[in-house]
Amino acid sequence: MEKVITAKNLTKKFGSFIAVDNINFEVEKGEIFGFLGANGAGKTTAMRMLCGLLLPTSGQATVAGFDVYKQNEQIKKNIGYMSQKFSMYEDLTISENIRFYGGIYGLSNDRIKEKTAQLIKQLHLEGQEKTLVKALPLGWKQKLAFSIAIVHEPAIVFLDEPTGGVDPITRREFWGLIYEASARGITIFVTTHYMDEAEYCNRVSIMVDGRIDALDTPANLMKDYSADSMDEVFLHLARKAVRTGD
Amino acid sequence: MKPVVVENIVQKYRVKKTVVDALKGISFTVDSGEIFGIIGPDGAGKTSLFRILTTLLLAESGNAWVDGFDVIKDYKEIRNRIGYMPGKFSLYQDLSVQENLEFFATIFNTSIQKNYDLIKEIYQQIEPFKDRKAGQLSGGMKQKLALCCALIHKPTVLFLDEPTTGVDAVSRKEFWEMLHRLKLQGITILVSTAYMDEASLCDRVALIQKGEILSINTPGGVIDQFEKPLWAIKANEMYKLMNAIKDDPAVESCYPFGQYHHVVFKTQENSKQKLENIAKGGHFTNIEIEAIKPNIEDCFMALMKD
Repeated sequence: MEKVITAKNLTKKFGSFIAVDNINFEVEKGEIFGFLGANGAGKTTAMRMLCGLLLPTSGQATVAGFDVYKQNEQIKKNIGYMSQKFSMYEDLTISENIRFYGGIYGLSNDRIKEKTAQLIKQLHLEGQEKTLVKALPLGWKQKLAFSIAIVHEPAIVFLDEPTGGVDPITRREFWGLIYEASARGITIFVTTHYMDEAEYCNRVSIMVDGRIDALDTPANLMKDYSADSMDEVFLHLARKAVRTGD
Repeated sequence: MKPVVVENIVQKYRVKKTVVDALKGISFTVDSGEIFGIIGPDGAGKTSLFRILTTLLLAESGNAWVDGFDVIKDYKEIRNRIGYMPGKFSLYQDLSVQENLEFFATIFNTSIQKNYDLIKEIYQQIEPFKDRKAGQLSGGMKQKLALCCALIHKPTVLFLDEPTTGVDAVSRKEFWEMLHRLKLQGITILVSTAYMDEASLCDRVALIQKGEILSINTPGGVIDQFEKPLWAIKANEMYKLMNAIKDDPAVESCYPFGQYHHVVFKTQENSKQKLENIAKGGHFTNIEIEAIKPNIEDCFMALMKD
């Protein structure tokens, strides 16, 4: 299988504080990879290094075939990113947001038009192209933000707690979009506080105090820890944490 | 009178020409000393309701009483008696932990010493950082400080608006353990959350969606209201399996839940057989099917569709 992310002894120190401590993992093309950990475990720092936004202190990593030290600009072009905190411009309309991100990622005007029509249809937003994003319900915003994050068909998309606060039906519709993208070969790297969502992932890693303390399929993790749910596995591991807070 | 009585509260927001109905005639009562959960997604109206009950927002119509006082006429009385922890961190970021606590104690004409026993257990966890500015605390510690400040005047009713949003599974569990200890001290707690699994930690819950209450009951009672048999199914290719089940006209709903899909049929005869046939027809392997008890999220989704 093609490896879309590789991390080898990846480490980030801030002064004497080791935020990310020698982490090792690989993610395959089209895989849905859950990246879990308590607040302050080092998830955000690790993600920022993989997105080409922060240089590691030591270790190696490649994302979409590019090196995180030397080719971070190439990485940025080949990934998508979405978080609940930042996704779209609220004062732009739906089609303006699509056009803006399409433009940023270098899509041609024709391609942007084509993509806009496709997304509007897929998300059942016909007739709302000129609606300001701030007027959309949260669930629609999140589905739209995800679709825009992959508008340039990136090799991998990073999702940072994408589903916080939405109703349970919308949350599941959102995961439907994730499955579709993964079936098309887009790799999904996702963090979440919902442990049932961890069970939707092909594999899951759990960070504790900057280290990856567990990495396997949800079924194997539950077996290894004699647990009935990922929630139990998570509590078992995260309770060992010495570090607190974010 | 019960500590919280809400009668037909309506709230609307006007944005230019459009009117948004935030609360469409909500009624419920909270018993003394209970943990009452308002469970619903963002945009359900939870924060509007909390702001009305804490006298920070005037409702369009309807009545509400907190601790026997009218939320409009007796707002000063209510403000002296309740504790409120808003969803957004609202302490003074540039005051230290201890200064924040002293400030709120003084505002309420009391002192930290006077009600120290109430906050002791929580405060001891943040005491090592008492000289640190509130803005420099981690999320979990901010939350603990905010709870201390909301408790410092020994309120009769505590309003907690989404205290666990964005908090990891471990801290969420600890926070609920703190609430149960506060309940033992006789404080009535009204708490909102978008995490459906937290419903089981409340004495009673109101499930709320788009400004309407879908159900008020004990967590067990909500689950008993789910009348149709519920099936859990698992097989080798879960996404394909979900689409195959959804395409079957006999199926009422199919939602992914962790490693399983939960399925309800429109009519109940031979439903297990029907599910087996779908799985076999799609040539799935490693099929597992079992009858299960619904959880709050199953119930919420079924109520949303009604």
